[in-house]
Amino acid sequence: MSVIPAAVSLFFHRTASPPHFYALANRFIPWLTGIFFLLLLAGLYGGLVLAPTDYQQGDSYRIIYIHVPAAWMSLFIYVLMAVMAAIALVWRIKLAEIMLISSAPIGAGFTFVALVTGSLWGKPMWGTWWVWDARLTFELILLFQYLGVMSLYTAIEEKRMAARAVAILALVGVVNVPIIHYSVEWWSTLHQGPTVTKMDKPSIHISMLIPLLLMALSFKFYYLLAALQNAKLELVKREASSQWVRNLLENQA
Amino acid sequence: MSLSKAFFAIIQRDLLLAFRRRAEMANPLLFFVLVVTMFPLAVGAQPHLLQAMAPGVIWVSALLAALLSLDSLFRTDFEDGSLEQMLLSPHFLSILVLGKILAHWLVTGLPLIVAAPLLAMFLGLPESAMGTLWLTLILATPLLSLIGAIGVALTVGLRRGGMILSLLVLPLYVPVLIFASSAVSRAAEGLPVSAQLNILLSMLLAALVLVPLPTAAALKMSVN
Repeated sequence: MSVIPAAVSLFFHRTASPPHFYALANRFIPWLTGIFFLLLLAGLYGGLVLAPTDYQQGDSYRIIYIHVPAAWMSLFIYVLMAVMAAIALVWRIKLAEIMLISSAPIGAGFTFVALVTGSLWGKPMWGTWWVWDARLTFELILLFQYLGVMSLYTAIEEKRMAARAVAILALVGVVNVPIIHYSVEWWSTLHQGPTVTKMDKPSIHISMLIPLLLMALSFKFYYLLAALQNAKLELVKREASSQWVRNLLENQA
Repeated sequence: MSLSKAFFAIIQRDLLLAFRRRAEMANPLLFFVLVVTMFPLAVGAQPHLLQAMAPGVIWVSALLAALLSLDSLFRTDFEDGSLEQMLLSPHFLSILVLGKILAHWLVTGLPLIVAAPLLAMFLGLPESAMGTLWLTLILATPLLSLIGAIGVALTVGLRRGGMILSLLVLPLYVPVLIFASSAVSRAAEGLPVSAQLNILLSMLLAALVLVPLPTAAALKMSVN
């Protein structure tokens, strides 16, 4: 007796079969692309044109519409990777491994974007490109964790083994993420006064909030889109010798 | 053989092996002393500067020395096949792994604990902070061995695991570094440090329970 209803388990088993997943991804990608661009345009228009200028920071606060969603994504993807790692380790589902690996470069990218935009924002606001602010430092360490996952995967040649190694690492990393987060927060309050890092932050106005949420949503769609593209590539690479990939290539030729 | 017997047999074996290669045993310690010596040469010998930097310098050097010594944790066992025998044994792998980590700490962590106060004195750390320095070393060097073990277990099958190992392990060391060095610098300023020590202790206890599990899983993956 399984706790999971038969229909759900059937759905998962079917989706987890590589050719089926490949076809499904192909069907989803155009829709995801469309939704992503719509949300992105709406968010950018709302953020860059409609939202009022900040009374303290002028127009330079508008980088928030890239910076904050990217920072959210950097954490979100890491947690998602840990979930997929658990699925990959417990149920040995190959697709979870592939999605885990395909997510890592995207997460690293978002982390990098958050760092760069944070530093660009810091220049006019704080006067320097880099301050050892708690959240910036945390993002930097998170970036190292992503890079660790990626380099471990490329270093191990046997890809099934590499995926298991990466899954273990992602799980260990996700336990460590909150610890690092709080220790860094605590460290920065100890080392420097809040004069520089704590800007006077009035609760955000609704006309600024809506574009921000739109951007965050569009970034989520971008992640889905990019992860699926990546997974498709990874899948074809791994299953290069299987019949369905050969059929696929023949059909395209 | 009972589990506890196997546990102690592993420790005994590793200590014996380490003792037979005494020169290798001294390497991490020498490295530690060398790195600490480089700092006054690089930043200048102003007593105030050195005194302020002492906790950080000692802890970063200890971190690097621990990182350097990690490779020996499973490498030789992996190469001569005794790791496979460990995997085949009927005992819980995570307990055996814990034994290996403990032996590794006795060989590489303990010398650091003995040497660090001497180096701290060279850097001009006030005597009132020595006790705290010792306590942080006693609590946190086992943590370095424990956390590092996960990284080594993941990379032991790789021919050039060294660079990747540091990329995997150093981010995980961040909390240890923060709490340990801040405890020492607070002690030097005469502030209370019980919060830091308690956090280090709780991290150590959590790591003792949690770390052997992923390490064992990673070893099984690496040996396959």
